[in-house]
Amino acid sequence: MTLTLDAPRIVTVDPLLELHGVNKSYGPVVALRNVHATVFPGEVLGIVGESGSGKSTLLRMMNLEETPDSGSYTLDLPDVDGNLFELDRFARRMLCATRIGIVYQNPHLGLLMKHSSSGNVAERLLVAGERRFAVLREKATDALAASEFPLERLDAPPIELSGGMQQRVQLAKAIALEPALLLLDEPTTGLDVSVQALVLDTLKRLQQDRKITMVIVSHDLGVIRTLADRVMVMRRGEVVEAGLADQIFQDPQHAYTQQLVHAKL
Amino acid sequence: MTLASLTKPWAPMSYGFLDASAKRELRRKMVKAVCVPGCQMPYASREVPMARGWGTGGLQVSLTLINPQTCVKVIDQGADDSVNAASIRRFLSRVSGAPVTLDTLQADLIQSRHRIPEEILREDQVLVLQVPNPEPLRSVQPNMSIARQMHGDADYGRMWLQLYEQIVRSGRVMQGASYPSMVNGRHVMTPSPIPRWDVPKLHMAKHLTILSAGREKRIFAVPPYCRVEPLVFDDVPYRVEDHAGLTCSRSGAKGFFMNEVPQDDGTSAFELSDSEYGVKSIRRAEGDPVDLGDTWYTNGELTK
Repeated sequence: MTLTLDAPRIVTVDPLLELHGVNKSYGPVVALRNVHATVFPGEVLGIVGESGSGKSTLLRMMNLEETPDSGSYTLDLPDVDGNLFELDRFARRMLCATRIGIVYQNPHLGLLMKHSSSGNVAERLLVAGERRFAVLREKATDALAASEFPLERLDAPPIELSGGMQQRVQLAKAIALEPALLLLDEPTTGLDVSVQALVLDTLKRLQQDRKITMVIVSHDLGVIRTLADRVMVMRRGEVVEAGLADQIFQDPQHAYTQQLVHAKL
Repeated sequence: MTLASLTKPWAPMSYGFLDASAKRELRRKMVKAVCVPGCQMPYASREVPMARGWGTGGLQVSLTLINPQTCVKVIDQGADDSVNAASIRRFLSRVSGAPVTLDTLQADLIQSRHRIPEEILREDQVLVLQVPNPEPLRSVQPNMSIARQMHGDADYGRMWLQLYEQIVRSGRVMQGASYPSMVNGRHVMTPSPIPRWDVPKLHMAKHLTILSAGREKRIFAVPPYCRVEPLVFDDVPYRVEDHAGLTCSRSGAKGFFMNEVPQDDGTSAFELSDSEYGVKSIRRAEGDPVDLGDTWYTNGELTK
C-alpha cells in the first residue's frame, strides 16, 4: 500500500486585519511603540501582557475608538479600503457598527443598563438601519440564543442580570450583525471560575460554528490558551514575542514570556 | 448738535418688553431655525417677568414677532381661559398694544402650550409652541455633547430603541406626548408635549411653527409645507389617541381631541380640549352666526 501525500501548499490567504507601525503616547506615557499585528480570517489572536502593557489601547484602536499618533490599520473586506485611522467620524461609526463587534470587560461600557437585553442587541441592528419591529425581535432573539442566553429573560434589563449573563448580552450584541471581526477585551475577568468556563465554552463554540475572526485580550493565560491560535505578548507598549499559541506556551523565548508562563504554571 | 438729539428719548421700557438687541438675537435665530427645519438653534434667552418653565421661550418669540396690529391668541392645554394663558395674553397685549382674541380664525399669532388648535391654520398665521425639553435624544443619550454629534451625523437609531422598549414592555408605543418626529427627512425634533393627535397636523402644514425653549435656550422651527413624520417601525403604524368616537358632553361635537372629566358615579364625561372650538360649536348650535373653520380632523379622521 502506497501512502499518497498532498503536495505541499503555500498559504496564500491575505490577512484580514493589519496594523502597521502603530505608536501612541499619552503625554509622557508611551502606550504603544511601533506595534505590528496581523490577524488572518477565521483565526483567534490572543494578546497577553500585564496591566498597562498597552493591550487594551491596541484593542480600542482596532475598534477605532482611538487614533494613534502614527501608524496604519487596514481591514481586508469588500468596500473597505485605505488606512482606517483616516476615516471620518461618520464612516468610522458605520464600519464599527456593521463590521466590528466588541465585548468589553466592564458591561457598563458596552450595554445600556436600563434598557431590555433584547433592546440592547436590537440597538446594533437599528444603528445599521433595520426599521422593522418583527425582524428586530427575531434577530435579537437569534443572537441571544447563539450566545446561550436564557431566552425567558429576553426583556430583563442587564442591570438585573448576573455578570456572566451581562457578558452574554454583550456577546449577542457584538455578533448580531455577523461582524467580520470580534474583539474581546478581558471578557471573563471578574467572573467566577465556573461561569468563566461557561462563557469560554460559548466563545469556543461560536468560533467553531461561525468561523469568526477574533482578537482576545487577556492577562489570564488560561483564557488565551483555551481560545487562541496565535499569541502576541506585550510589555510596556511593545510586542516582545509573537507566535503560535503552543509554541509560546511550550517554548517561550523572551525572558518576560518565560516568566509569565512560569508564573501561570 | 447735542447727544440728546441723537438718541431716542428715554422710555421706561422698549416696545414689546424686550430690548432691541434681544429681539434681533431672536429674529436671527428664528431665521436660522426656519432655514434648517427641525434643527435646534441655541439662542441667548432673556429674562421675562415669568418663571422659567412657564413658557418663557414661547413668550420671547411672541414678543419679538408682535406688532400693534397682530391679533394674539394664547392657548394652555387647549384652553384659552386658564390662568397661565390669560396672564400671558394680557401681558402680550399690555406691552405691545396688540388686540387679543380667543378665536383661532381671527388670530395672527398663536402661542400655545401642549396643543395645536383643531381648526386648520392658514399661511398668514404663526404658531409658537412652548417647549420644556427640546432634546429628543435626551432619553437615550444623557450626554448632550454626544447628542449634538448624533444630530450632526443623523444617527437616530437609538430613537427607535426607545419605541422598541415601549412595545416590548407594554405591547404598544406608549409615547403619549412629545412624539419624536423627523422634520424634512433630516432632523429629529420633539414637537413639544403635544399629544400624538396633533403631530400629523404639522405635516405639510400651511402655517409656520416656531418652537422655543426658554430655559434650555433652543429654538427650532417647522416652516410651511415641510414634512414632519413621526418615527415609526415599518411594521407598526403610527396611531393617534382613540378619541375619534368620543363626543363632547357640552357641545356635542364629535371626533376631536377630548379632555376626560371624571364624574361622581365613576364614569367619565368628555369635553373638547380646544375650548374655544367648543364654545363656538355651542354658540352655533344655539343659532349664533359664528364662523367654524375647517378642521384637521373630520369625524375623527385626518382630512389631509
